[in-house]
Amino acid sequence: MTTVQKKAVLGQTNPIAHLTEADIEQIGIELDAIRQDVIDSRGASDAAYIRRVIDTQRKIELGSRAVLLFSAFPPAWVLGTMGLSISKILDNMEIGHNILHGQWDWMRDPKIHSSTWEWDMASPAEQWKHSHNELHHTYTNVIGKDNDLGYGIMRVDEDQTWTPASLAQPLFCFINAVFFEYGIAAYDLELGSVIKKKQTKDPEFRRRAKQVLGKIRKQATKDYVVHPALSIPTGSFVPTLAANFTANIVRNLWSNSVILCGHFPEGVETFEKRSIEGETKGEWYVRQMLGSANISGSKFLHLMTGNLSHQIEHHLFPDLPSNRYGEIAPKVQALFEKYDLTYCSRPMVPQVASAWHKVIRLSLPNGWLATTNKKNAPQQLAILYKMATGDRRTRRLLGRKLESEARAAA
Amino acid sequence: MTTTLEPPTRGSARSRRLADQLVRVAEAATTPYLPSDFMDLFAPLRSGADLRGRIESIHPETADAATIVIRPGADWAGHVPGQYLRIGIDVDGVRQWRAYSLTHGPRRDGRISITVKAVPDGLVSNHLVHEARPGTLVHLEQAAGEFVLPPEGGKHLMVTAGSGITPVIGMLRNLFPSTDEGVLRPARSADHDIVVVHVAPSHPDSIFIRDLEALDAAGAIRLVARYDDEHGVLSVDDLAGLVPDLAERRTLACGPAGLLDALAAHHADAGLSLTTEQFRTARVEPGEGGTVTFSSGTTLDLDGATPILDAAEDAGMLMPSGCRMGICMGCVIPLREGSVRDLRNGAITTAVPGETGDIKVQTCINAAAGPCHIDH
Repeated sequence: MTTVQKKAVLGQTNPIAHLTEADIEQIGIELDAIRQDVIDSRGASDAAYIRRVIDTQRKIELGSRAVLLFSAFPPAWVLGTMGLSISKILDNMEIGHNILHGQWDWMRDPKIHSSTWEWDMASPAEQWKHSHNELHHTYTNVIGKDNDLGYGIMRVDEDQTWTPASLAQPLFCFINAVFFEYGIAAYDLELGSVIKKKQTKDPEFRRRAKQVLGKIRKQATKDYVVHPALSIPTGSFVPTLAANFTANIVRNLWSNSVILCGHFPEGVETFEKRSIEGETKGEWYVRQMLGSANISGSKFLHLMTGNLSHQIEHHLFPDLPSNRYGEIAPKVQALFEKYDLTYCSRPMVPQVASAWHKVIRLSLPNGWLATTNKKNAPQQLAILYKMATGDRRTRRLLGRKLESEARAAA
Repeated sequence: MTTTLEPPTRGSARSRRLADQLVRVAEAATTPYLPSDFMDLFAPLRSGADLRGRIESIHPETADAATIVIRPGADWAGHVPGQYLRIGIDVDGVRQWRAYSLTHGPRRDGRISITVKAVPDGLVSNHLVHEARPGTLVHLEQAAGEFVLPPEGGKHLMVTAGSGITPVIGMLRNLFPSTDEGVLRPARSADHDIVVVHVAPSHPDSIFIRDLEALDAAGAIRLVARYDDEHGVLSVDDLAGLVPDLAERRTLACGPAGLLDALAAHHADAGLSLTTEQFRTARVEPGEGGTVTFSSGTTLDLDGATPILDAAEDAGMLMPSGCRMGICMGCVIPLREGSVRDLRNGAITTAVPGETGDIKVQTCINAAAGPCHIDH
């Protein structure tokens, strides 16, 4: 992937070159109209929907935790773990993520409001709202502004220099997926950049770190102390602890996969920092349209992804109730077609595969994967070894060679 | 009336400590939620829950008025007839709060009732009269209000207009219960001498008129009913003619602002005592721009096109902010009173104290639409 702005320079197709300023403004007007339609018809059935989902999630959680009190009995372990995983996924995705976006603030229910909600996850709602709602949703896919692009630990673009450390990125990416909730918490704290800038003594950072540690302690006490202890009478301390750990991992892997699908698959565009100076509402909309990808699938899949399967619609209208994204998706897709833009949507498995393919491709020097086949694999590995162990000059020379070979092959 | 909510403390300090510890374990087991969030799923009316009620039945009174019978939650502390109740109900999915008089004295079955007249453009009153269904969960506050009769009795004049009869009917029903054997005169009513001057557009439009007529026929009260279509609009100067012993009576009045203002002037001139009750607060029609008062003390004169956030920051205030384009909810603060306009689509949000309560608004995309009070 190369930023939209550089594509034009490199002779690649810039997906928005054909749009005039008037087109972009018109796209903004048409999208505003779609948003207004939903706002005008928002009402009792939407309110009933979110209450039903919350009610269901809480009953599933209660039921699963009750079953897990007997988790020494294997069928109870399996059933309880499945239920708890589903409950945690619903809590984080369709309920927590969307309430914290303010999608349900219009109900004026103080219990279901972005300013009061807290969720079953390591990152405190307040910090997540800042890094997610404010930074990621405003600066979506702008290199250097949107930290969601690789979470500051990954190479997400060909333009970022390849270093031998990049080779470890599939492993890092996997570890991050397994412990995703802690990754998110560290990320919301901007832990990496704070350490790099040696600002760990900053009082504001200390306050936020304390808040995160407090939340993690409470979450861990619940899952790894209280509920296992309640299971002691049936001899189920360890099985319940294992079940809760498993449910957390399942939730982490699932939400990581959904989120990778949102902005990482092949075909999603990134943008230059300078390109958003003085950006109009229409231009912002277009960036959201091209910077997001959808997952196609069943109603159940949409529910379990928190309707982030409609990532494009969500990024255009982050404050509309999630249950309405599916309904406006055809209108949004028609708009893409009208303006000859690519609506990036694939089923879950290809979309996750596409995202991981990109993680792996970018962990290797530009052009390496494209120029490697079964026959030349040994030579290519030798080149990779030389690049990984050689000095910067060696890397640059070999890198250029790979890139030009790849271009020639294409 | 104040009733203590705390149950009497029984048992030793040790058992109380044990109970505290159990609560802590329950909280640790349900974090980030509270144990009550889970109990609310099954017993929303239990003791210890936020005060709620369930609508049990809805009885039409006239074509556009109905009595709503509600089973209140276990922590309902009771009321004195004449008091009102604040009720929160979801209309089109949006929580709305209004105050209505309780129209029954304390009932043996523990139910409470309000009588609502659907007013033109009245979002909540029309919903309660025409749309609400038994079984609906509503949110309540404890009864409040000083519009009550002294228990020792005395000579009173009630002046009521339209749905202004609702607090008075609660008092009268409590004093003179109506049964199959007719209107009762229990001991508590012996010292009450009550005249009711009730004003309504017409006889059929008059809520509770049959109850009033029955009380009058039984000699419990003296009813002077004045219908606009029959008698013309009542002038407060006619009162002395309608109620010859007006000067000996304490007047309680409930009705529209015009009538109450006229009564206040009349009684002040005559040196008479008057207690009034009015629910609908005066509202300011939303306009373009306005004076925004912050609770911190700052006051700003804003036009109708500048986001409140920008203006407040320009004035040197520290404001919460985020995306500055209406998507992140990082800038929401409570609007106490007044109207704001969403600059994206012109939508007006109005906060009315006592009705809507504070409404959290996004300051980055809202401009003042009339005078506003913001809690920041």
